[in-house]
This record gives sequence, C-alpha cells and structure tokens, in this order.
Amino acid sequence: MATTETQVVGEIGNEYRYGFHDPEDYFFKSQRGLTREVVAAISEHKDEPQWMRDFRLKSLEYFEARPMPEWGGDLSGIDFDNIYYYIKPTETQAKSWEDLPPDIKQTWDRLGIPEAERKFLAGVGAQYESEVVYHKLQAELEEKGVLFLDMDSGLREHEDLVRQYFGTIIPQNDNKFAALNSAVWSGGSFIYVPPGVSIEMPLQAYFRINAENMGQFERTLIIVDEGAYVHYVEGCTAPIYTTDSLHSAVVEIIVKPGARCRYTTIQNWSSNVYNLVTKRAVAYENATMEWVDGNLGSKQTMKYPAIWLMGEGAHGEVLSIAFAGEGQHQDAGGKAVHVAPNTSSVITSKSISKNGGRSSYRGLLEVAKGATGARSKVVCDALILDEESRTDTYPYIRIDENDVDIGHEATVSKIGEEQLFYLMSRGLSEAEAAAMIVSGFVEPITKELPLEYAVEMNRLIQLQMEGSVG
Amino acid sequence: MALLEIKNLHVSTEDGTEIVRGVDLSVNTNEVHAIMGPNGSGKSTLAYALMGHPAYEITEGDILVDGESILELEADERAQRGLFLAFQYPHAVPGVTVASFLRSAINAVRKAKAGGEDDPIKIPEFRKRLDAAMKQLKVPKEMAGRYLNDGFSGGEKKRVEILQMALLQPRLAVLDETDSGLDIDALRIVAGGVRELVGPEMGALVITHYQRILNYIKPDFVHVFVDGRIVREGGPELAEQLEAEGYETFTPEPVGGEA
Ligand SMILES: Nc1ncnc2c1ncn2[C@@H]1O[C@H](COP(=O)(O)OP(=O)(O)OP(=O)(O)O)[C@@H](O)[C@H]1O
Ligand SMILES: [Mg+2]
Repeated sequence: MATTETQVVGEIGNEYRYGFHDPEDYFFKSQRGLTREVVAAISEHKDEPQWMRDFRLKSLEYFEARPMPEWGGDLSGIDFDNIYYYIKPTETQAKSWEDLPPDIKQTWDRLGIPEAERKFLAGVGAQYESEVVYHKLQAELEEKGVLFLDMDSGLREHEDLVRQYFGTIIPQNDNKFAALNSAVWSGGSFIYVPPGVSIEMPLQAYFRINAENMGQFERTLIIVDEGAYVHYVEGCTAPIYTTDSLHSAVVEIIVKPGARCRYTTIQNWSSNVYNLVTKRAVAYENATMEWVDGNLGSKQTMKYPAIWLMGEGAHGEVLSIAFAGEGQHQDAGGKAVHVAPNTSSVITSKSISKNGGRSSYRGLLEVAKGATGARSKVVCDALILDEESRTDTYPYIRIDENDVDIGHEATVSKIGEEQLFYLMSRGLSEAEAAAMIVSGFVEPITKELPLEYAVEMNRLIQLQMEGSVG
Repeated sequence: MALLEIKNLHVSTEDGTEIVRGVDLSVNTNEVHAIMGPNGSGKSTLAYALMGHPAYEITEGDILVDGESILELEADERAQRGLFLAFQYPHAVPGVTVASFLRSAINAVRKAKAGGEDDPIKIPEFRKRLDAAMKQLKVPKEMAGRYLNDGFSGGEKKRVEILQMALLQPRLAVLDETDSGLDIDALRIVAGGVRELVGPEMGALVITHYQRILNYIKPDFVHVFVDGRIVREGGPELAEQLEAEGYETFTPEPVGGEA
C-alpha cells in the first residue's frame, strides 16, 4: 500500500522529516533474496571485469559461511530473503539535476541538495537506491586531476587504481556485513586526490533509500595522495515503512604521508533501517585521518570507524555523536590501532538516549609492540534524558608496548532539574531548555563541522528533542 | 492593583519542612524593595517559589501578578509574564554560548508576547542591544562567546545575571544576593544598571546581606526577614540599623516557650 507523506509524518510524531517516498518506477529491480544468480546478475548488469565478478561470488561464500554477530545489537529482525539487493532507478547518470526524472529530482530538491551544491560544495554525488543518479565535480578540480566518481564509474574508468586498493583495507571476509557488501556492492564514491592538492570545500555524497525492503550497499574508496587534503561528507535518509530496510556500506580510505582526510557522516536514516557499516582508514607517516560521525536515525546502527596508524607521526581522530530515540539502538564508537611509533589518536564519543532509546559506546584501542611513544585519549560522555533510556560503554584496550600514554574517561549524566529550571526561568519551555542542554552537550563535536552541517545537526537534534520532555 | 502581590505565602520543601512561613508583600513598578535576613532564613526559597521552582511546594497563600494568580504557571510562563530571578548560584550550561543563550531567551519571550507565533529578533538588532548592554555593564566582549557560566568566576556570573536582566527587560526583577562576590567597582556598575532599569516598566526585589549595594540602589522599602517571615518593615534607615545592630533585635519571640 502506498503511504502518503501525511500518514508517514503523522505516524512518527513530527520527528522525521524525510519520511516521504516516491512512486517506484525503476529501470531495473532485482528479485527479493540473495543467491549466486542475483550476485552474478548484478555483475553482469554492470558489465564488470571478471576479477570483480569473482570477488563478488567469493564474498557471497564468506557471507554465507559466517554466523550472524552475537555481540553489538539485535539483528534478529533482518530477513535476508525479503530484501531487494539491487535496484537501478534510472538508465543513465545525470550530469544536471534537470536531467533526472521529476520524482527523483523532487526528492533531492526537498532534501536541499542542489542548493547546497550551489552554495558550498566542491562536488556532489547523489545515490538513489543502488545507483548514483547524479554526479558533478567542479571543473577546476577535475583539471587538477582530482577524481570524484561513483564507484562503478571508478571501476570502469580507473580499473588499475581500483584493483590496487579495493578490498585491501577491509578484506572481503572482514566481517559478515563487509562480506555482504563485497558481494552485492553498488554505487558509493571513488575519490582520488593527487599529491599536494588541497580541496577547500567539501565533496558530498547523498544516499537515499526509497523502496521498501531495499538493501543499499554502497562502496566507497578514497585515496588521498601525499600532502593532499579532502573533506568528504555523506548524508543519508529514507522513508518510513512498516518493514525494514538494510544499509550496509563499506568505506576504505588511504591517507598517504603528510596528507589529511576528514570524513563526515550525518546519518539520519528513518527508524526502520538497519545501518551496519564498516569504515576503516590507514594513515601513513605524518598523515591525519578524522572521522566525524553523527548517528541520529536508524533502528539499529553498528558502526565503529577505525584508523590504522601505520606511519610514524600519524594522527587519528574519531568524533562520534549518537542520538538514540524510541525503538533505536545506536551501537557506535571508534577504533584506533597504533602500529608505528609516535602516533596519536583521540576518540571522543557523545551519546544521548531518550524515550527508551539505547546508545552504546564500543571502542577498541590497540597499541602494537614497537609503537613507542604512542598517545591516545578516549573520552565518552553519555547523556540520559529519562528513566527508560539506557547507555553502556564497552571499551576494549590492548597494549603491547610499555612506552605509551593512554587515557580513558567516561561520564554518564542526566539533565539536571536545576539546570532546566535555570533556563526555564529565562522563558524557555522545558523542551527548548532540554534541547539547549543537549546541543551544548554535543557542541564540542558540532563546532568541528562546517557551519552548514553544524546548523543541520542542531536542527536534527531539535527535531529529535521535540515533544520528548514533559 | 500591585504588579506583584504575595499573600500569606507558605512554602515547604519536598520532605514537608516549612521554610517560608506566611509572607505578605506587594511590589510595584518604580519601587525597589530590599529583603535582608540571616543565613538560612528562607530568602532564596521565597525567590525560588516566586519563580516556580518545582522542588518547592506552596502549601498556603497565593502569588499574584497583575492581580492574577501565577501558582499554576511553570517557570517559563512566569518569565513570559515578566518575572526574572537573578540566581544566587547561577548554573552552568556547557557548550551554549552566552550570546546564543540570550538570543534564544529573548526569542522565547518574544514568541510568548506574539501569542505563540515565532517572532525572532533580527540578528543585527540583537547584536546591537547585546553590545550596548555589555558595554554599559562593563562585561568584557569575549564573554558573549563563552559558554554560559561555565568556569566563570563568582563575580562574572553575577554580572552576566544582570546582563540577562538588562536584555530580557522583565517587569519584576528578583535579585538574590547579586552583590555577593562582586568587587567594589562591579558592585557600583551593577547597582547602577539595576537602578536605571527600575522605573515605570520595572520594579525590583533585592535580597542582600549588605548595606553597601543599598547605598547605590536606594531601596524604597526594607523588609527584615527572619525564620521564614517578614518581621519588620521600614525605609532605608532600617538597613542602617541592621548593619549597626545585627539581627538580634529582630529575632522573634520563641514560640511555645522553647529557646
Ligand atoms: N530543597 C531543599 N531541601 C531541604 N532543605 C532546604 C531546601 N532548600 C532550602 N532548604 C533549607 O531551607 C532553609 C532556607 O534556605 P534558603 O536558601 O532559602 O536560605 P537563605 O535565606 O537564602 O540563606 P542565605 O542567606 O545563606 O542565602 C535552609 O535551612 C536550607 O537548608
Ligand atoms: Mg539565599
């Protein structure tokens, strides 16, 4: 049954603004369920080289052989047989927004993407279901040799580069969901920044699930060459359906000596999306990798952006915000693995739980033998807004080197009655006062975002907070 | 009809202990009332009860603003009616700058005034008013960008309370020991700021232990507050008498013969 936007909005108590969906009028939609035939058909359809087809089929075997993870979140609701693994919405990719089918164009308009592109982005990719339907990079960056393509085009046009790195940072058998992604991946971004090129404005990719029971498996590979810089941002939304969708991405990043990469996610999936993502970066000598990860939506998120500090002097940061509302479990955190000497990492996690939501910090800090002078600091702060909500911390630490400096702090707090009263005595309603306290709580992370994203993040928090108190 | 009318007010804590034990007091615009009383006599409790603090229960009596009872109103609604409390111990709100907090507070009050319709202050106008008020109260410019009361010194907190008052333009300001913690210059500036706002638009209730702030603010009435009650009322001369003699003279007769 088609759900109208009004119904959708009514069901969720004004919290989720992106709950509308478009009629389905697709160029190609695979059957439900996952078989060798489906995987082969995806590869066939994309006209891929044999090695990629083999990679996919091998990955499917790994996926089938691996048990479901027993830790983290409750994944028992995922029905792998009921999912559409591949949907191609349009026949060709558009170079201008006008070239898109009106329904799809309207979606991006409503999400404000074309406007954002005009205002402050160096490039945009927009993925709808399985395929990137729009892609654009500023001409001057193209001239400098920057590559910003969807992953499928990347494979077609730069096969050698892709083959060199694809699946090397996150092996196809890394975990069950990485294996699944490796088997059925489609879309995602492929970025190469040549040595010394610094891209001032962010590149953004936008991911949208529209169909019910859709599985979105984008695959992103970013290579930042020596001394280069890029800030990549992804945003995600989906409509509200009664049955669940699955988003399972793999993101691999290589940050070469002296380079810097910042990867910002604002995940605002609707509350019926399983969001199970593997993200890992390697940072070489004096390189910097930063993950900024905002998880506001989804039913169940499991995501722990990782940084392997492979070269001396490499630095890694993970800034993570998780907001768990009713029926949501955000299992998020970060991993830092110190392999080389004098490497440093900072993991800052802020979580908010309300209306029975649950947020967990799960982190790994590892220092290998020989990584002398490694420094790491982990700070997890949890804010719980009511009695029904819950937070937990699972910090795993493995240190095989003596000469290290490691710090771990964790706090759990509630919104104090006195603080609320103080703000209310200035005329703010209880909900406004609570929202203000929450946005102050996450400020150390939002202040790291470019203004537009900070505003967006605060607005999303505001929406999450509305009607949550009193 | 008085702006604020407190009638036979009794206030208890959650465990049932009665702290305020029958207070009658009227405050009008154009008036400054001082309340002086020993530590623990219930002055802050009275102030909290006026503002609607949820931890205090009003067991008897009434509080009227413009002749209407506000007992059923939440703190935010009382603020929107023009009540303001400068806290004895202002709370910190980490991550929220003084400027953004002030703008939200102003907008909340404006929204209430516009009957629930958003009517946000234009940013340049806000900036102008903020700058002017900060200049007048000699609050350093960079305070606007700091997190509200987070790591502020005692005196900075008090100044920022008055800055909030200046920008929110209440009709009745209750200042709970705003003078404690202020240095001599700050005291003069803050007192001047209060005096300037008192007029046809505003009345003030100043809770203090010291004569000094009253020298600058010049109260019209002084109330001596002991053990949850007003035990004596008079003009400014009463404050001087207190400063000279202490509260001893004003301590009420023990009730029921217990010392
Ligand atoms: N929430 C509370 N729970 C228990 N006791 C309380 C509470 N609030 C106030 N009291 C008690 O009530 C009495 C009056 O406190 P209050 O803070 O009103 O005094 P005050 O006159 O403002 O004193 P000071 O001059 O020291 O500021 C004190 O004995 C205090 O301990
Ligand atoms: Mg007091």
